[in-house]
Amino acid sequence: MSDRLVDFLLLRDYTTRWALLGTVALGVSAGVVGTFMLLRKRSLVGDVVSHAALPGVALAFLAMEVRAAGSGRWLPGLLTGAALAGLTGVLCATFIRRFTRLKEDATLAVVLGVFYGVGVALFSIAERLAARMGAIEDFTLGAVHSIVAADVQLIAAAALAVLVLCGSLFKEFSLLCFDAEFGAAQGWPMGPLDVALMGLVVAVAVIGLQSVGLLLMVAMLIAPAAAARFWTDDIRKMAAIAALLGGLGAFCGVLASHLVPKLSAGATIVLAGSVLFAISLLWGTRRGLAWRLLEHRRLGRRVARDHILRACYEAIEAERGGPLDADTSALVQTPLPIERIVELRDWSRRQLERGLAAAERERLTTSGPDGRWRLTEAGATAAARAVRNHRLWELYLIQYADIAPSHVDRDADRIEHVLGPEIISELERLLAERRPQLAEVPPSPHVIELSSASR
Amino acid sequence: MSPPAPFPVPEHPRTAPLSIHDMTVAYARRPVLWDIDYDAPPGKLIALIGPNGSGKTTLLKALLDLVPKVSGTVRFFGESYRSARGRVGYVPQRGSVDWDFPVSALDVVAMGLYRKIGWCRPVTRRYKNLARQALERVGMQDYGARQISQLSGGQQQRVFLARALAQDADLYLMDEPFAGVDAATERAIVAVLHELRASGKTAIVVHHDLQTVTEYFNEVVLLNMRLIATGPVEEAFTTENLRLTYGGKLALLDEVGHKMALTGEERR
Repeated sequence: MSDRLVDFLLLRDYTTRWALLGTVALGVSAGVVGTFMLLRKRSLVGDVVSHAALPGVALAFLAMEVRAAGSGRWLPGLLTGAALAGLTGVLCATFIRRFTRLKEDATLAVVLGVFYGVGVALFSIAERLAARMGAIEDFTLGAVHSIVAADVQLIAAAALAVLVLCGSLFKEFSLLCFDAEFGAAQGWPMGPLDVALMGLVVAVAVIGLQSVGLLLMVAMLIAPAAAARFWTDDIRKMAAIAALLGGLGAFCGVLASHLVPKLSAGATIVLAGSVLFAISLLWGTRRGLAWRLLEHRRLGRRVARDHILRACYEAIEAERGGPLDADTSALVQTPLPIERIVELRDWSRRQLERGLAAAERERLTTSGPDGRWRLTEAGATAAARAVRNHRLWELYLIQYADIAPSHVDRDADRIEHVLGPEIISELERLLAERRPQLAEVPPSPHVIELSSASR
Repeated sequence: MSPPAPFPVPEHPRTAPLSIHDMTVAYARRPVLWDIDYDAPPGKLIALIGPNGSGKTTLLKALLDLVPKVSGTVRFFGESYRSARGRVGYVPQRGSVDWDFPVSALDVVAMGLYRKIGWCRPVTRRYKNLARQALERVGMQDYGARQISQLSGGQQQRVFLARALAQDADLYLMDEPFAGVDAATERAIVAVLHELRASGKTAIVVHHDLQTVTEYFNEVVLLNMRLIATGPVEEAFTTENLRLTYGGKLALLDEVGHKMALTGEERR
């Protein structure tokens, strides 16, 4: 086993070397083209293209055999046939969608089925005529180790051409995927660009026929792009990451199939791609599930912290019997009236203490030697900010949403945490217009319920 | 019932920003716009008004050659759209694209410059600066790097507006820029409209909110599959014409009529 690994990594084995080069080139170009297909919401077109290529392979074989018996396995000929048939298939689908009322999914299903059916029929004829015709499985499931040096040159050249085209038309393809109608209004030939993109899909699918096979080609196109979306919000980086993941998946797949004899490389390449996708889904920095969960919990903690600080502020304010001025010294000096906070809020004493302890870890509160809680300087500033945001929002709701003042508090508790700086300044402007006398922290528009405190 | 306001004289001024002659548009043989004949006066803010399904969006798209015309001709500044493209800016409806797309606000605005940049060339620093200036005009200079899904609806609308502004056109066609936007965005768009008018440019804006027509616009085009009335707001935006445009929705119309009367008094 380890010998095989060393052999592989040193590229000693002739077959593996070429298989590896060919599939990595394929993975990289498939990743880039797949990015555009994913963003154009045409993920399944790759599936149609690869299935539609099958009758092309069979027809090309038959044509070459008829011309000169025994020459039917010439790869460039077979791939040309595959490309023509794939392109015909995708153009059929586009045509049907455009000029009939059939929806995209139905169109793709019909075209895929018809072409694949014809392909299977032609293959059985071809096999009867000439036994030398490769088994249909070579094309449906791929046969990496049948790739030889001459094939790789062809594959690499095609992959390079695909990459160069994608690179030079990057801006145009982005526009096509984002807002084709605006692009058309600007005078860009969106129809031909769309066909060009389809052509690239056909090219990738056709060079992938031999290594991963037509059944799994769509995974090769879409999985790296879908995985890349979890790492970035920038289409350029997305294409680069998809290329990287596509290449890496192909490398790992060929490696796995080399280490475990009789394991189909087409399957392992796609499995490797799926593992990369699963990792991205969970840990991708942009929208991976794990990060989203963390983010959610962080937000929850921030909301809880702001609640505590606001409760402290309002309790002190109530104790002192009026709005506090901009100076935070009063907030820092006054010991927190725990009893009052407990009565003003729905919290138990233990919940409150736990919240204060959490805030202490962030150095927002301190418990003094006398055992009484106080706000720190930072805590006082944060509390004043939280209260200010909260009250600005309350006033905004009262003014604009016709909500009765007594109902505002609850809504504001949730929404204040999503207020951006822009809305805050907008509110300040509105409020300044309305009440020029407002201090830094406007007084609460509804009377804080002190009735319960006097119970 | 008095007849609708007279159509403009059939003689089309050669240099009008937009001049539509007998245009008919049909979807699957069912006409959605009949015999539209209209000349937009230069340097005005023009509201395009009509009920849902009256063909407002289709009208804009037909002008921009995005949907085929059955008959009629359209001229921009006396030229076909094909040759006048650079002078016409288009702000589509915000809902027409997927805002989850992995590009930044600045990237989207730069799309308005792609024509100037040309085939296969990257967006250079010079064009990025132009895009940044356009973002500044809509008050979004601090949001250029932000991915577009992280913008509010109003901010997204302003990005679309900035994309058209970046093009530095002379006529702007805007499809519902005020739909569902916040107060800050509404103010920003109005400011841009005034700015455009001050520099002698023309804007045709699909507008839903009848309450603000008199406040924001100089001219109206009332449309319901055919032109009902066109002209300066004071002349064409009448309760009678609105009744012809909207049919029987009287409650709404009376309210607007009332509002009109009020603003009329204020003006006096």
